[in-house]
Amino acid sequence: MLKSALALDEAANRKAKTKLTIEGVGMRFSEHGKSVDVLDSLRLEVSEGEFVCILGPSGCGKSTLLNIVGGFLKPTSGAVYIDGEQVDGPDPRRIFVFQERGVFPWLTVEGNVGFGLFNLPKKEKQERIAHYVKLVGLQGFEHSYPQELSGGMKQRLEVARALAVNPDMLFLDEPFGALDSITRLVMRGELLRIWEAERKTILFVTHDIEEAVQLADRVVVMSVRPAQIRRIVEVEIPHPRDISSPRYLKLRDSIFDEIGLAHQV
Amino acid sequence: MKRWESLFWPALVAATGLTVWALGVRLTHTSIFPSPVSVYRGLVELVSKGLLWRYIADSLFRVGSGFGLALVTGVPLGIVLGYYPVAFKTINPVIQIMRPISPLAWIPLSIVWFGVGNLAAVFLIFLAAFFPLVMATINGVRNIPEIYLRAGHNFGLSPAAVLSRVMFPAALPQILIGLRISLGVAWLVVVAAEMIAVDSGLGYLIIDSRNAGKRYDLVVAGMLLIGVIGLGLDTAIARLDRLNFIRRGKSL
Repeated sequence: MLKSALALDEAANRKAKTKLTIEGVGMRFSEHGKSVDVLDSLRLEVSEGEFVCILGPSGCGKSTLLNIVGGFLKPTSGAVYIDGEQVDGPDPRRIFVFQERGVFPWLTVEGNVGFGLFNLPKKEKQERIAHYVKLVGLQGFEHSYPQELSGGMKQRLEVARALAVNPDMLFLDEPFGALDSITRLVMRGELLRIWEAERKTILFVTHDIEEAVQLADRVVVMSVRPAQIRRIVEVEIPHPRDISSPRYLKLRDSIFDEIGLAHQV
Repeated sequence: MKRWESLFWPALVAATGLTVWALGVRLTHTSIFPSPVSVYRGLVELVSKGLLWRYIADSLFRVGSGFGLALVTGVPLGIVLGYYPVAFKTINPVIQIMRPISPLAWIPLSIVWFGVGNLAAVFLIFLAAFFPLVMATINGVRNIPEIYLRAGHNFGLSPAAVLSRVMFPAALPQILIGLRISLGVAWLVVVAAEMIAVDSGLGYLIIDSRNAGKRYDLVVAGMLLIGVIGLGLDTAIARLDRLNFIRRGKSL
C-alpha cells in the first residue's frame, strides 16, 4: 500500500517536471530540387524520467525527429527545448544510441565505455567503467574487441558507453532492429532494468508495435509523411508487464487499429 | 600446410631455380651472364671493399627520407581532402592529373631544380610515395561511417579530438594499405633515381657495374639485393597490421 502510494507520488512528481518540449517542429528536405515535407508541426512534451516510444511506419520521419531532438539536424520550423533551453547541437548530456554498429571497433569494451570520460581523473574513470561494464553484464569481456562480441553484447556495450557519461536523456533509434527476435526480447528486459536503475528520460524510436507497448510509459503514434502525431497512448501497466494480459492486448490491438493493420496474418 | 612444408617447398623451388641457373650458364658457355657462384663471389668482394653495407644504407636512407616526407605531408592532406568535400572537389582534379605521371618523367625537372645529388633522388621517391598515400587516406576518411563521427561529436569531443580519437583510428586500416603500396613504389623508384642522380646505392651499383667493366656478376647481385630488401620492407610494414588496435579497426 505504502509502496504504491510512493510510486504514485513519484509518478506525480515526474509528471510535474517537463524535460523535453517539442514545439511546432516541421522539417522539409530538398531532394533533387523537389522539396519533401517530412514532419508537420509536431508538438510533444516529455516528463523527466519518462520512457516514451515514438512509433511509426518506416520512412515516416521518426528518425528525423529524433535527430532534431538530438541536435544533429536543425528543424525547418519550430524548436526543441530541453530543460527550458533551446537545443542547437549535440550535447554530452544527451546521448544518441544507434544500432550496435555504433561501437568503435578499434577500442576494447573498456575503451568504448570510457570513450566519453576524457575529463575524469584516471581512478574515477576506471571506477565508472567497471560500474557500467557490470551494469550491462559485460564483466570478463573488458579487454575484448567488439568483433568478438555478439550483436546483443555490442548493443549493451553501446548503452554502457552512453550511460557512462551520466547523461540525463537517452535517444535510441531502433536500437534492437538488427538483433534476432529472442535477443531482442532479452534486450528489452535489460533496457527496462537499466532504466529502472538509472531513471534517465528515454526517447525510443521503433516501428515495432509490440516493442513500444512493452517498453513505454507513453507511445506516440505517428502518421505517414508528412508525419503528424496521430495519437498518444498511455500504457499504465506496471513493469514487468504480462504480455498476455487482456489489458496489454487491448492496448496493443488499439494501436494496430490506429495504424490500420488487421489482426490476422 | 604443415610447418615444415611451408619451409620445405619454397626452399625446394629456390634450390631448383639456382640449379637451373647454374646449369644454364655452364651448358651455354655464356661469357656475359654470371653463374650463381660468381654472383656470390661478387657479393663477397663488395663486402670486403666495404661497399655493400654503405650502398644498402644509402638506398634505405633515400627511401626513408622520401617516404617519410610523403608520410608527414600526404596523410594530413588526405585527411583534409577526405573530410572537406569542397577541398576534395577543388584539388582532386590536380591530383588525378599528377598521379599517372611516372616519377621517372620527373627526372629532368628534378635535376634542374635540385641538381645531381641526394635531393633529386629523395624528391623522386617522395613523388612516388606521395600520391598512393594521399589517395588511400582520402578513401579511408571518406569511408568512415557517419555514426562514428556523430558519436564523437555527441560525447563533446573537440574537433582536434574527433580527428585523433575517431577519424584517424577509423581510417587507419586504409592508410596502412596506402603505406604498404607507397613504400613498395618508393623502393622501385630509388633504384631508378640512383641510376641517374647519385654515385652510391644499389641502383648506382647496378648501372656502375655495367658501365665500368661490364661486371654482370655485380649487376645480378645488386638485383637480388633489391629484391630481398624489398621483400623485407614489405614484410615489416605488413607486420604493423598485426597490432591489435589496427587489426580490429578493420571490422568497420
